Amino acid sequence: MQARVSIQTADFDLSQEVAALRMHDGRVGAVCAFVGTVRDRSDGACVSSMELEHYPGMTEKAIDSMVDEAHRRFDIYAVRVIHRIGLLRPLDQIVMVAVTSAHRSESFRACEFLMDYLKTQAPFWKKEQTPDGARWVDARIGDDAALARWGIEQRNA
Amino acid sequence: MKVRVRYFASIREAVGQAGESVETAAASVGSLRDELIARGGAHAESLARGKAVRVALDQLMADESQPLREDCEVAFFPPVTGG
Repeated sequence: MQARVSIQTADFDLSQEVAALRMHDGRVGAVCAFVGTVRDRSDGACVSSMELEHYPGMTEKAIDSMVDEAHRRFDIYAVRVIHRIGLLRPLDQIVMVAVTSAHRSESFRACEFLMDYLKTQAPFWKKEQTPDGARWVDARIGDDAALARWGIEQRNA
Repeated sequence: MKVRVRYFASIREAVGQAGESVETAAASVGSLRDELIARGGAHAESLARGKAVRVALDQLMADESQPLREDCEVAFFPPVTGG
């Protein structure tokens, strides 16, 4: 069986991932996928590149348990999460979450739930290169609020 | 007891190392943080009370009241910013 969670430096192909996720599964009537990409500006500064650090071992386990939680909460069939690490540039893909279900509502909600969870509870850290030098990205209070909508009160920012 | 301490992101940069083995009498994650702060220097500054520091115990998000065990892994890091 294909891995549910991959942390990798390499890029990914959304079409291939979605095709693999729903292959031979006639129950699937909905696929919802989210892709996050690197912006060329952040908080008023131009970003020339970004370095993504993670906590090998913990990051994979944390996201895997989030996928388990998504399966408990939503009527979904399959989940694939890919998160890139290392040096990324504007326009690059950073993260992908794809979910299959019988009907759209469950995969829409599970996809958003997983992204909200991942943003605030998976150990990744971004460092941006700007004309003023390198800076670590600050966590956003709004991301904690997004997770709280799902009844999970875990503070990050 | 001996515990494995790991640092990530801005805290790793500030203390100048990714991890170390620490001999400690601390009973909890929070007491270990206080011991590290008591060293002074970059540890005191980057782990200071009032700073946003998150902790993990044996690779699970933790709170500072959790007890330490022999050879456990304690990680200190800033709020996460993935996705």
